[in-house]
Formats: sequence, C-alpha cells, structure tokens
Amino acid sequence: MTNSDINRLKDKAFHIFGIFCTFIGLVVLAIFLFDIVVEGVGRINWDFLTSLPSRRASRAGILTAWVGTLWILVLTTLIAFPLGVSAGVYLEEYAKKSRINNFLEINIANLAGVPSIIYGLLGLEIFVRQMRLGGSLLAGALTLSLLILPIIIVTTREAIKAVPRSIRDGSYALGASKWQTVWNQVLPASFGGILTGIILALSRAVGEAAPLIVIGALAYVPFTPSSPLDEFTVLPIQIFNWTSRPQEEFLTNAAAAIIILLIITFMLNGIAVYLRNRQQKKIKW
Amino acid sequence: MRASEKIIEGLLWLSAVITILITIGIIWVLLSESIGFFQVVPLSEFLTEKEWTPLFADKKFGIMPLVAGTLLTTGVAIAVALPIGLTIAIYLNEYAHDRMRLVVKPLLEVLATIPTVVYGFFALTVVTPFLQTIIPSLAGFNALSAGIVMGIMIIPMISSLSEDAISSVPRSLREAAYGMGSTRLQTSFGVMVPAASSGIVVSVILAISRAVGETMIVAIAAGQQPRLTLNPLVPIETITTYIVQVSLGDVPRGSLEYKTIFAAGITLFVFTFALNNLSFWIKKKYQEKYD
Repeated sequence: MTNSDINRLKDKAFHIFGIFCTFIGLVVLAIFLFDIVVEGVGRINWDFLTSLPSRRASRAGILTAWVGTLWILVLTTLIAFPLGVSAGVYLEEYAKKSRINNFLEINIANLAGVPSIIYGLLGLEIFVRQMRLGGSLLAGALTLSLLILPIIIVTTREAIKAVPRSIRDGSYALGASKWQTVWNQVLPASFGGILTGIILALSRAVGEAAPLIVIGALAYVPFTPSSPLDEFTVLPIQIFNWTSRPQEEFLTNAAAAIIILLIITFMLNGIAVYLRNRQQKKIKW
Repeated sequence: MRASEKIIEGLLWLSAVITILITIGIIWVLLSESIGFFQVVPLSEFLTEKEWTPLFADKKFGIMPLVAGTLLTTGVAIAVALPIGLTIAIYLNEYAHDRMRLVVKPLLEVLATIPTVVYGFFALTVVTPFLQTIIPSLAGFNALSAGIVMGIMIIPMISSLSEDAISSVPRSLREAAYGMGSTRLQTSFGVMVPAASSGIVVSVILAISRAVGETMIVAIAAGQQPRLTLNPLVPIETITTYIVQVSLGDVPRGSLEYKTIFAAGITLFVFTFALNNLSFWIKKKYQEKYD
C-alpha cells in the first residue's frame, strides 16, 4: 500500500467514526426515551393526574406537582417577560457604546454561566428570608425569573438586531419619536423572535429542580396551591423525590411523571421551533 | 412628549441595571453568609482538611472531598463529551451532506433540552445497572455513570460551539489544504482544528463550567458520601449535591451547618466564574485572528 492509500483508508475510517459518534448520542437518547415509556406509560391514568401525593405508591398522584409547575410557568412569564424584553430593548436600541454598557454586556454573559443552584442560594436569602416570602410560589417564580433573565435578554437582542435599519429610518422620517419607533415598528417586527426566546427560556425553567429545592419547595404538599403565596411542589421535584426512594413502585411513578414533564418540555420547544420557522419564512427583509 | 420618552428610557435602563443588581446580590449573599462560617472555621482548615462531615457529631470542614467529587464527575463527563462532540463537529463540517446536517443538528439539540432530573433517573436506573454487568464492583451510586450521562447531556454544547468555530475558518485555508492533495481527515486535523482551536477550547471550558455546576444528575446518581478519591466506581458527593442534601434536611437557619451551604456555594461560584471569564478572555483575544 502506498502512503496515499493509507491516508485514504484513514479518511474512510474517520468518516465511519464520525457517523458513529453522531448517532451514538441519538441512539442513547432513543434507548432512554423507550425505557421511560415502557416503564411509565402504564401508570398514567386519570387518577394519577388527579390524585394528591401519598406514601403508598399506588395511590400517589401528580396533581399538586403539575398544578405547581403550571403556576410557576405563569408567574415566571409575568415577571421575566417584561423585565427581560425591556433590558434587551435598552441594550440594543438605547445604549451607546460606553464603558458601563460594555460592563452590562459582560455581566449578562457572566450571569448566563452561573449554576442554577447558586440562583437558589440567592433566592433563599433575598426572597425567602429578607422579603419573607417563605417557600412560596412567588419566591420560586422570582428565583427562576432571575435564572432565565439572561437567556431572554440575549434572544431579545438578537431578534431586535435582525430588524433592518431601513424600517427604523422610515419611521423616523415620518416624524416618529424613538419610543414610537421601538413600540410600533421594531417590537412588532421582532416579536416572533422574542417569543421564541421566551418559550425556550420557559422550557428551561420548567425542568429546573435544584434552585427550587434550595429555596425550600417541598416534595410533599397535601393541597394544590391557590395563591402565589402558597407552598408548592413542581414536577421535577416530585420526580427527584420518587427517584430517591428505594421501592420499585415509586420508580414507576417517577417514570410516569417524567413522561408528563417531557411532554411539556417538548411541547414548549416544538412551539418555539415552529414560531422560528414561520418567522423565517414569513419575513423576507 | 419629551418627558414621557425620558421616563420610558429610564425604565428600560432600570431593567438592564437589574442584571447588575443580580450579580451584586449573588456575591453579597454568598459572602455575607460565608463570612460567619469562616469566622468559626479558618480558611486554612477549609482548604486543607481532608474530611467533610459538618452534619456528623465529629465535625470536619474540609472542602477538598467535595471538590474532588465535583472534578471527578466533571472529568468523566468531559472525557465522554469532548471526543464525541469534537468528532461530530468535524464530521458535520467536512464530511456530512447539507441535508444530513439540517436533520442531525436539531436532533442533537434535543439532548440539551431534556431536564437534568430526567438524566439523573436514566443514570440511576439504566446506566448504572448496565455498567454493573460489565464492572461488578461498581457501587449503586457512583461518579462514573453520573459523569457519563452528564457527558451525553453536554455533547451538543461542545459539538455546536466547535462547529461554529470550525465553520468560521476561512474557506481559502481549507481549499489550500485540499489543493495540496490532503484528505478530508488531514485537512480537518492539520488545518481546520488548529485554526479553530481557540473556539474549540472555549467550547470545552464552557462545558466544564456547565458540568461543575450541574446538580440533579449527580444528586440522584453519584451518592452523598464526601470522599477524597479519584475512583469513579464508589459513591462520592459533589459541591452541588451537598447544597441539595442540606436544603432537603432540617438544618436550623443561622447554624454553622446552614452556613456551610454558602461556603460550598462560594467555592462553586469561584470555579464557574473563573472558567467563564477565562473563556471570554480567550474568545476576545483570539477571535479576530482571521478577520
């Protein structure tokens, strides 16, 4: 064999290795999902969705968990959406190149890299203790809002950046003020992108367990919350609790709850991808 | 009219400034609570003591076992994610057809969207029993399967960031390599990877930072036994797991045990902060090489 034959062989081998690596992650993912469905799908029924938690695995349900998750989603959206979009608009439309704005940008990038459990410690001290909210839904939603704020700001900025200069110039030429231009032109034009970012951020928040455990969300809540100041649990915490018990039946419960959690996560991501594709097709600047 | 414009700008500015308050809040909370801790436990003991037993009668406050556990799971995760992630990046860039790339990339991203508590369940109920058939001495809780599963989770992070880095290498470099008769493999490892090395390094640093701060996978599958070891087959405890363990229990507020989670938290924060800023620095220093 000549040298170039050997090199061609190596090239072929790496090609196959590349295909192998690309698919191994996906195959493992498929095995995981299959395993979960096999283990948990039989456990999902109306009672499972509408029962309170119980020490007996066969009678335990996820009512408090999914209601809590829904509450957290709504509250987090209400807090993080206006805050994140405003910050994104400021940085993209108003901020001039200055040292303080440069610092703002570095700071946001840094916040995005802070582990979620650290946000839990922040929430524990500020919201739970200083603001005396206790382990309430509001404290949890505020904590998660801070966690996803950097994601929302970054995606808002990207969406706004994609709006062409000409639209702003046209608006100014008609005599619109800066805010009128932002509110009537820039935000509507970038709304699809902003929404995509929010939904992706929420899908991150919905799967978080660590920061909520730290602020004191409980695994066992015998009632569904009815106000933002009530104690709560969420699906990931319920799953964690069931997974850490030794009895096999609780693992089945955990698998069933995971199916529900994955349905919510994939739905949110699906909506985000759909919105992004529609946006890209609809608007040709 | 002018006034309302100013007010709106002020409000928008305020929302942006909140992000700085968050950072200040994090640092203040971690410092103020751990100062009380370090008044009782000297920093030298915290850094050099080889045992971590704040919840036992015989209390010892050495962070090293938790750091060792964290580095062990992180090491396993990177050992899995780096070769696979980088190979995927090269494969998608140099070998795969466009259509393949369009299908595979979003599928890989699915790996990053799955909640970590779900990965923890996989590690404990699927990966550990499977590995035990190969390694009979593997404990029910161990760093190995937690690390492997964490590695699978961060594959898309390394592959997509590295792919961005590789695809931003100027075409001319690649074409020059092909023009000299290089194979795709030689072009990849002789030209593209070295040229994109800063971006690849950044992707790995961010992945390490992510793995160091990861909580639920290790809390479920790696155990809760602080141990100064590099043996991946036995139960260990990471910094994040310890914080979860204390949060789940009934540790009274204001007690020394309670303050330990902030001391652990600040250790974690220092690690991730340093890693993140190292990655920004590398990115800034090397990114304009080819512009």
